[in-house]
Amino acid sequence: MTSPAEKSPAEKSPAEFTAQPAVAVIGAGPAGLAAAVHAAEQGAVTVLIDSGPRLGGQYWRHQKGDLDAPDATYHDLVRRLESLVAAGRLTVRLEHHVWSVRADESGCAVAAVDRRDPGRPGELRLRAAAVVLAVGAYDRPVPFPGWDLPGVLTVGGAQALLKGSGVAVGPRVLVAGSGPFLLPVATALAASGADVLGVHEANRGSGWLRQLPAAASQPAKLREAAGYAVGLARHRIPLRTGSVVVAAHGADRLEAVTLARLDRAGKVRDGTRRRLAVDVLAIGYGFSTQSELPLQAGCALRATADGTLAVTTDRTQQTSNPRVYAAGETTGVGGAQLAVAEGTVAGSYAARAAAGHSPAAPTEPEAIEPVEPVVLVAIRTRDRLRRFAAAMHAVYPVPRFWLDTLEPDTVVCRCEEVTVAEIDAAIGNGARDARSVKLLSRAGMGWCQGRECGYATSCLTALRTGQPLDLESGAGRSVAAPIPLGLIAQADIAQADIAQADTARAHTAAPPLS
Amino acid sequence: MTAFTFDDRPIDFVEGQSVGAALINAGIYSWRVTRRAGTRRGLFCGIGVCYDCLVTVNGAPNQRACQVAAATGMAVTTQTGTGHDDLAR
Repeated sequence: MTSPAEKSPAEKSPAEFTAQPAVAVIGAGPAGLAAAVHAAEQGAVTVLIDSGPRLGGQYWRHQKGDLDAPDATYHDLVRRLESLVAAGRLTVRLEHHVWSVRADESGCAVAAVDRRDPGRPGELRLRAAAVVLAVGAYDRPVPFPGWDLPGVLTVGGAQALLKGSGVAVGPRVLVAGSGPFLLPVATALAASGADVLGVHEANRGSGWLRQLPAAASQPAKLREAAGYAVGLARHRIPLRTGSVVVAAHGADRLEAVTLARLDRAGKVRDGTRRRLAVDVLAIGYGFSTQSELPLQAGCALRATADGTLAVTTDRTQQTSNPRVYAAGETTGVGGAQLAVAEGTVAGSYAARAAAGHSPAAPTEPEAIEPVEPVVLVAIRTRDRLRRFAAAMHAVYPVPRFWLDTLEPDTVVCRCEEVTVAEIDAAIGNGARDARSVKLLSRAGMGWCQGRECGYATSCLTALRTGQPLDLESGAGRSVAAPIPLGLIAQADIAQADIAQADTARAHTAAPPLS
Repeated sequence: MTAFTFDDRPIDFVEGQSVGAALINAGIYSWRVTRRAGTRRGLFCGIGVCYDCLVTVNGAPNQRACQVAAATGMAVTTQTGTGHDDLAR
């Protein structure tokens, strides 16, 4: 086990602001790091804000002496970031939880809770000419009987424990769900000594046959996939496709799971259920994007083929709000390399916009000039990887089988402990959309604000009512991170252009944590 | 050796580990009892999103075990219900 790397100078002593930033970048993962570096290198006074204690986000987790160290891109970006910080052109604000982003013709207003001192939370409010939202994504679970037992955790959670704290969950782990992310996590767990009993991928690899053109254009991605196959083989981890976990069992913690096979239509095949003793189940069906800040900022969203809400951006990464740019998983899940390319484009154009050179609705990169070669390269890389990501979304949709596994007492909303029966009761009482179901049943009104159950509640509502799937109405949160009540009390709400009274959404505000 | 206590039991940890990671490393998978059904919960999302891993640290309830860095001498205790039962009396 190792301890995290020493903090870089940028993280140790963030310089106080001498001027309001021209560009505020929210999220310091691959997309946000690239955006902040490129915005600042273009001459914009830039601030980079992240809720975590270090740079790198969920993807670049690093520990001192880590043999699986982050790639060269990370080190290049951090080196450039540190020289920008030293030159006073970039400020880094870690452990700052952004809870509000508003943007209109007059500018952007950002509000965050400063949690560097856990005992004494503070406040950061700033205005910027342009904002880059690089807020990332998190594992998407679907409910099934027993999924709330201790020992069931997300694939990303298992990965974070391993990469962030050097702890391999186990001893006997089953990895299940859907998506390419299952493979590196399974091999990493096995390499760290866990007994990985298998990877159960709900979708079938045959989906790739229809996406061959997109896959063939990405030799690096194919090599990556081949590498995972070798890793699984080396650790003798069986990979089963079309296989799913339909239930988890145990008294006070996970003891076993029930596995089943899916038919071609994605339904559980009769007679295929079998029980397997496990200690830990790491499970996830792709990712949900952090959509509350884009929604607050008025950005238009769309649903991608994998059922994920994603911010719509143009060729410059500008959202439907001209002052707001978006990059990385929040525009549709596609991995770190795509995130860096998008961040590069977003940061560069946000800096231009902040300097007053915002082109109106550009359609071709060549129409926006002059553009640095590095940005043109990033645009081409982005377009190529975006096509590949779209192919992945088509290959790894969330299968519908889980809706058939639900029992009346299956918990859907983990925070408020709302069951399937209670959601059905809400629908029986007249709720016809996910938002009404939420209001009547409390599903999605707890600590996590529906981030975990929002997808499931929307799917269940659509299934029961026959209405189209609506992912967006439950995703708005007027307060994106918990705020101590004391800070709200101190805030001058009357003057705060940031905390516009949003009575329509006020009831969705996150409950305070003490 | 660096250690904190969980319900009075010593838990070793490595500098930089979260409370949740140290507990799992010690074979402990749950540290909260829910307020409605009274069922046990532990770490779920692992990245600070789901709030399932809430625990009481040094008397302060509702701390996310996956986010709080373990520190020597910390008193971590199982959180039952809201963690604010003292206020309801």
